[in-house]
Amino acid sequence: MAVDKIEYDKMMKKASPNSKAYINIPLAFIIGGLICVLGQFLMTSYEKLGISTYFSGTVASITLIFLSALLTGLNLYDNIAKHGGAGTLVPITGFANAVVAPALEFKAEGLILGLGAKLFTIAGPVIVYGVTASVIYGIIIYIFKLV
Amino acid sequence: MSLRLSQNTIILNTSPSIASYASIVGKKEGEGPLGKHFDFVNDDNTFGESTWEKSESRLQKDTVSKAISKANLVPADIDFIFAGDLLNQCVGTTFGLRELEIPFIGLYGACSTMAESIAMAGIFIDNDVAINAAAVTSSHFCSAEKQFRFPLEYGGQRTPTSQWTATASGAVVINKKNAPPFIRAVTIGKIMDLGVVDVNNMGAAMAPAAHYTIGKHLADTGKSPDDFDLILTGDLGLVGSDLLIDLLNRDGTDISENHNDCGLMLYDLDEQDVHAGGSGCGCSASVLCGYILDQIRDGILSDVLFVATGALMSPTTVEQGESIPGIAHAIHISGKSE
Repeated sequence: MAVDKIEYDKMMKKASPNSKAYINIPLAFIIGGLICVLGQFLMTSYEKLGISTYFSGTVASITLIFLSALLTGLNLYDNIAKHGGAGTLVPITGFANAVVAPALEFKAEGLILGLGAKLFTIAGPVIVYGVTASVIYGIIIYIFKLV
Repeated sequence: MSLRLSQNTIILNTSPSIASYASIVGKKEGEGPLGKHFDFVNDDNTFGESTWEKSESRLQKDTVSKAISKANLVPADIDFIFAGDLLNQCVGTTFGLRELEIPFIGLYGACSTMAESIAMAGIFIDNDVAINAAAVTSSHFCSAEKQFRFPLEYGGQRTPTSQWTATASGAVVINKKNAPPFIRAVTIGKIMDLGVVDVNNMGAAMAPAAHYTIGKHLADTGKSPDDFDLILTGDLGLVGSDLLIDLLNRDGTDISENHNDCGLMLYDLDEQDVHAGGSGCGCSASVLCGYILDQIRDGILSDVLFVATGALMSPTTVEQGESIPGIAHAIHISGKSE
């Protein structure tokens, strides 16, 4: 008996297990939360060292980016992200990982056409639409201020 | 000489022999349930090379060289080699085999390549246009991830239906040695597409192709599933295997008792974090050449229908929203020549 696409889609959905949201979501909360706690710890520590509140946030971000890049280079970040999911993807560490991972992978194709061209294969869309969204947001703010 | 039984099925009347076979796998595959059966487990996934593409080439070259030496032959004795892999332009194969200087026929059947290459080599031997023919394929987790998915160190999560590309290779040398395992028949599948677009559910995309090819083989040869000790699909994994059994059940064919899938055999699904199972050309190739052919040679299995399955998409077609076509080819491998 021939099965059509609609019937097969039903069969496939029945046979395919879903992601375990009851594990993934709490883990994302805990691991993502821990990254944020680390960020707050760094900020507070930098402030104690005499860096202004304004700059301590920037220095804390730079530290997190460094740690993420280091852990990516040591083949550890993906093992954390496997459990952390969105918790490791959304913070700035996820962005750093998304840039360092292709840099490591594509250096075999050379510094220009490999590393240089493919550095932003994953992070590129985030930058494009991040910038676009901020422009739209800026226009909205501008219009509302006019009103 | 071969007998054309139908549009799909060819009987190899002289029952060519798989004179020798070899398999080499990576570390993770070596830690799996079949680890001790492979010719060699390389704990270094680079295989001593500087790029993943070179690693795969080295893996494939070493495997085919091992198979040729196990047959007490040298590369110059091989009349034709049928080979392919998953990488763009099949460079894993071409760069791996270029030094062997064997007349080369490149194949792309995605993960169905082991069955496709054995079918071609078997037909060449059966019709006396070659004395020795080789068939080989490989896949490498790292080169496949790089081409089809994300960089290795990218922190992403896999879905439960995703499969793990095996770092593995299998090779056979086929001639008329008149010793088991024998190749009795081949069924060439057609491209089947039931509209699966989820690139993380390859098993579901390929199951309709396996269903078609198995159904055709049984209908063309007048056999039933009970005539085989094992119906062995390539890399349908958990989801695809369930769907295949369900699809065949709808035709009144029950293979649930004697079906297994190489993607379910290569890894310990509970311990090795491969989600729905193994995949890749090397998955079915290494399970066949590392484990199953030994069992046929030793008389533990008598008749096996080896059905390697492939997903015929590229990253570009996936990004363009195209569905994933599947292919499957079946080889009847037997301990008996008639």
